[in-house]
Amino acid sequence: MSETKEFVQYTPRDFKSDQEVRWCPGCGDHAILNSMQRAMSELGIRKEMYAVISGIGCSSRFPYYMNTYGFHTIHGRAAAIASGTKVSNPELSVWEITGDGDALAIGGNHLIHAVRRNVNINIILFNNQIYGLTKGQYSPTSKKGQITKTSPYGTVEDPFHPGELVIGAQGKFFARTMDNNIKLSTEIFKEAARHEGTSVIEVLQNCVIYNDGAYADINDREHREDRQLILHDGEPMIFGKNRDKGIIMDGFKLQVVTLGEKGITEDDILIHHANENNPGLHTMISNMRHPSYPVALGVIRNVQSPAYDMMVHAQIDKVKAGSKIKSVNDLLFSGNTWEVE
Amino acid sequence: MHLTYEANKPMGKQQKPIELDDVTIRFSGDSGDGMQLTGTLFSNTSAFLGNDLATFPDYPAEIRAPQGTVGGVSGFQVHVGHKNIKTPGDYADILVAMNPAALKANAKWVKMGGTIILDVDNFNEKGFAKAGYRDDPIKEEGLEDYNIIRAPITSLTKESLKDLGLDMKSVVRSKNMFALGMIYWLFNQPLKYTEEFFTNKFRKRPEIIKANEKVLKAGYHYADTIEALHTSYLIRPAEIAKGNYRNINGNTATAWGLLAAAEKAGLQLFIGSYPITPATSILEEMAARKDLGVISFQAEDEIAGICTSIGASFAGKMAVTTTSGPGLALKSEAIGLAVITELPLVIVDVQRGGPSTGLPTKTEQSDLMQVLYGRNGESPVAVVAASTPSNCYYYAFMAAKIALEHMCPVILMTDGYLANGSEPWKIMPTGELPGITPPFADPDKEYEPYERDPETLVRKWAIPSMPGHEHRIGGLEKDALKGTVSYDPVNHEVMTKTRAEKIRRITKEIPDIEIEGDQDGDVLLVGWGSTYGHLATALEELLDEGKKAGLAHFHYLNPLPLNTGEVLGKFKKIIVCELNMGQFAGYLRMNFQQFTYHQLNKIQGLPFTVTEIKDAVNKLLEV
Repeated sequence: MSETKEFVQYTPRDFKSDQEVRWCPGCGDHAILNSMQRAMSELGIRKEMYAVISGIGCSSRFPYYMNTYGFHTIHGRAAAIASGTKVSNPELSVWEITGDGDALAIGGNHLIHAVRRNVNINIILFNNQIYGLTKGQYSPTSKKGQITKTSPYGTVEDPFHPGELVIGAQGKFFARTMDNNIKLSTEIFKEAARHEGTSVIEVLQNCVIYNDGAYADINDREHREDRQLILHDGEPMIFGKNRDKGIIMDGFKLQVVTLGEKGITEDDILIHHANENNPGLHTMISNMRHPSYPVALGVIRNVQSPAYDMMVHAQIDKVKAGSKIKSVNDLLFSGNTWEVE
Repeated sequence: MHLTYEANKPMGKQQKPIELDDVTIRFSGDSGDGMQLTGTLFSNTSAFLGNDLATFPDYPAEIRAPQGTVGGVSGFQVHVGHKNIKTPGDYADILVAMNPAALKANAKWVKMGGTIILDVDNFNEKGFAKAGYRDDPIKEEGLEDYNIIRAPITSLTKESLKDLGLDMKSVVRSKNMFALGMIYWLFNQPLKYTEEFFTNKFRKRPEIIKANEKVLKAGYHYADTIEALHTSYLIRPAEIAKGNYRNINGNTATAWGLLAAAEKAGLQLFIGSYPITPATSILEEMAARKDLGVISFQAEDEIAGICTSIGASFAGKMAVTTTSGPGLALKSEAIGLAVITELPLVIVDVQRGGPSTGLPTKTEQSDLMQVLYGRNGESPVAVVAASTPSNCYYYAFMAAKIALEHMCPVILMTDGYLANGSEPWKIMPTGELPGITPPFADPDKEYEPYERDPETLVRKWAIPSMPGHEHRIGGLEKDALKGTVSYDPVNHEVMTKTRAEKIRRITKEIPDIEIEGDQDGDVLLVGWGSTYGHLATALEELLDEGKKAGLAHFHYLNPLPLNTGEVLGKFKKIIVCELNMGQFAGYLRMNFQQFTYHQLNKIQGLPFTVTEIKDAVNKLLEV
C-alpha cells in the first residue's frame, strides 16, 4: 500500500467527528471507539484511506463518530458492502463495525462468506449477547436459558461462539478483546489491520441497560487476571494473578494446571502459535469458557493466505495482458461479424 | 396398436428453388438434443447470408427432464426473411420434431398445412407412450393434411458415423446436425459457416469435427434425394442498412451496453450478482470480460449481490447488479439504501413468469409494479425498459448514464424473451454513444454530501481516498443541508420531496415519445418492453388494412417522457398491450386520469402473437 509508506502523524482526536456520541453512559462502545481512534492514529495510514462501514444496531452508529469515510448501511449487510468497497479499491483500509445480531443472525451468511473469501477487511464484532437497539431481545450469542423480553422463560437455543464459527468458515484471523481493555484492543486492531485477509475481532462488550454484567464473572477487577488468558504469539499460555496457572493438552482436551503442582513446570505449558495453519487448537482455545477455563483474549489465529481482493486484481491484470480485446469497440467487432455493403 | 412409421425413401430430383419473403422454422426435441444450438447455427448462417431474422428459444426449467416426455421438450424458433423481421413469427412454416413429445408440445404452433420433419426412428410405440399419445400422433393431432417428412434421422446418423469408431453417445448426440443439414438443403444454404463453427469449437477433438461434418452433409444429401421434399426455397438477402453486423442476444447486448457506459464514463465496472434464470448469462459475460477490467463478484445471495455493488459504488466504481423478479424482491431493502444515499447503481431485472419461482424460463412483464414501487417508504428510482434483443445495448447504456449522472439507482427492465432472443445487430461503436460525466466532487472545494446542483438536484460524488472529503452516508434520514443524521419532521418531508423531484427532473434528458404509424386517429396501441416487435408488426398490418392506428412504445417508464399525455390524447381509443394483468395500464391511469384505457393482456409465459394483437385492436375498433 503506497499510502502507508508516507508517514502521517495523527492523534486520536483527528479521528473524532463533530457528532455527539449518543451511546448510553457506561456502554462498552465508548471504550471501543477510543481504542479504534487510537489504533487508526497509530497505523500510519492516511485518514482518507479509511472506510468504516457498519450494519444496524447500537454498535453500527460507529461510523458517524469517526472522522473518516463512513457508511451506515442496512441490517446484516455490512460484510457484503464492505467486501464490495474493498474489492473495488484494495488500497483502502476497510473496517466493518457490527454486532452479535447484525453479524451472526441476519448477516450470518455474509459474514461466513466474507471470511471464506478472505477479503482483506477488518470486522469488529461487538458481542454483548443481546439486542440493545430494539431494547432487550435475545441474540444468537445469548447464553442458553437467558431471560430476555422475547425469552421470558429462558432461551432454549444454543448460542454461536464467534471464534468457532469464523474458524469453521476458513477464517485466517480471529482475535478477542474486552471492551474496557483499551491497550489490548488497540494492539489487536493494529495487528488486524496489518493482517492481509479477513480479520475478525470479537469484542466482549457490556450493555449496561439490557444485559449488564454479561461478562462480570470474567472481567470484574478481582477475578479478571485469574479468568482471562491473554495470548502472546510464541509464548506459553500462562495466566493468573500470580502467573502460576497454565494450559496443557491432556489427551484430546485442554486442561488448566497450576505451575509447581504435580511436577508441572513452564516447559509443560502449551506455546501459543497464532500462525499454525491447523485450526484444531485455535478452535479449542477460542471455545474456552469460564468456569472450566479462562477466556482467551488476544490474537488467537493469524495465518497468512492470499487475500481475495488482491487475487481478483491479479487475475484481471493477467487476463488484460493476454487479451486482444482492449476496448469495448474491440469486443463489439470480435467473433463473427459481417459487413453489409 | 401396431404402428410403424416408414421412412421416406431417397429419390433423385432437380428443381429450381422457390423464392420466399420469409419463413419461420421451429426446432424441437429433448432438452438434451441440442435444439438451441441447432437453431443458433441456422440463425447464424442466415444472418451471414444477409437475411434479417429474430429468434425465440423456448426451453424447460429442468436441465434434463425425463427423455421423451413433453415436459422435457426444448424449442427454438427462428423467423428469417427478406423483409424487415421484428418478431420470431407467430406460427412455424416448418417444424422439426425429434420425437413424439416434441410434436405434441409444438404441433399447435405449425401453420395450417405446414411442413413437419420427424425423426421417424423415435416415432414408435415407446415414444408415443412417453408423449402420452394413444394413437397415431399425426391422426391424433389432426395433421393428415400437413406435409409430413418422415426422416430416419437417428439411424442415418448412426449409419453415416459407423466407420469413425465413436462411442454411441457421441454418435447420437450429433443427430441434430442431420436435421440441420436437411434444413440447409431446403433453404439452399451453404454448410460452410456451420463447418467453420465445428472447426473452432472442437479444435482439440478432430474426430468430433469430422463426425459433425459428416452428419450435417448426410442430412443435406438425404433431403436432396427424398421425394417428399420436392422443392427447395430461397430467401433473398434483406434490404438492410449498410454497416457492420453481428448476431446478438439481449443479455449479451445488456452486458456490452454496460461495458460501453463504464468506458465512456472512464470508470471500472463492478458487477455483484447471484445466478438466476434468465439473467445469469449477463454475469457470465461480465466474468469473462476481465480483459476490460471488469470486477465480477459472484455473491453468496441476491442481497449480497446488490450490497457488494453498493459498496463498489461508494468506492467510485460503475456498479451493476443483475437479477430476475424473485431476486429483485430480495434486493428491495438495499435498493432503498441506494435511493437514500443517492449512490449510482444499475439494477437489471430480466423478468420471468411469477409470482414466486413461477415460470423461470418463460417471459412475462409482471415486475413493473415491483420495479416502480416494491420498496418501503417513498423510494423513487428511474426505470428504463429495452424493447428488442439488440437495443438492450443502448438502453443498458442509457440506464448507466442516468445512474452515473443523476446519482441514483436505475432499474433496467428486460425479460426472458429479450434475454435469450437474438437478431442481427448493426454494431453501434462507442463513438456513436453520448458521453457520460459523473458529478465527482471538486478536490479543491469544501465538500458537503448533500449539497445539490440547483438545476438537477444531483449531489456530488466524493470517493474514499479523496483527501479532505471524508464524510458519512447511510440509511438514516439526513439533514438536507449538513448531511448529518436528522429526525426533524420537516426535514424528512423536504428530503422525500427532493428525492422524488430529482428523479422527475431526469425528464429533461429523455427524448419525447414518437408515435409510429398514424400521428392521430382511431386507436393508439401502447406498449413497453419486449412486446415491441409484435406490436410494430401488428401496426404495419393494421395500417395496410387501412386502419387509422398508431403505436406509442415506451422505453423510459420513470420518469415518463414529457409528451406522454399529449400523445395519449391524439387518438380516439387507447389500448395498452402487455404481458401481465395490466400494470402499465394502471400506471398510466394513475398518471393520466383523463383518458380511458383498454387493455390487451396475456399471462401465459409467452410473447404475444401478431394475430392476437390485431384481433384485439379490430375488435376494439368495431365497438
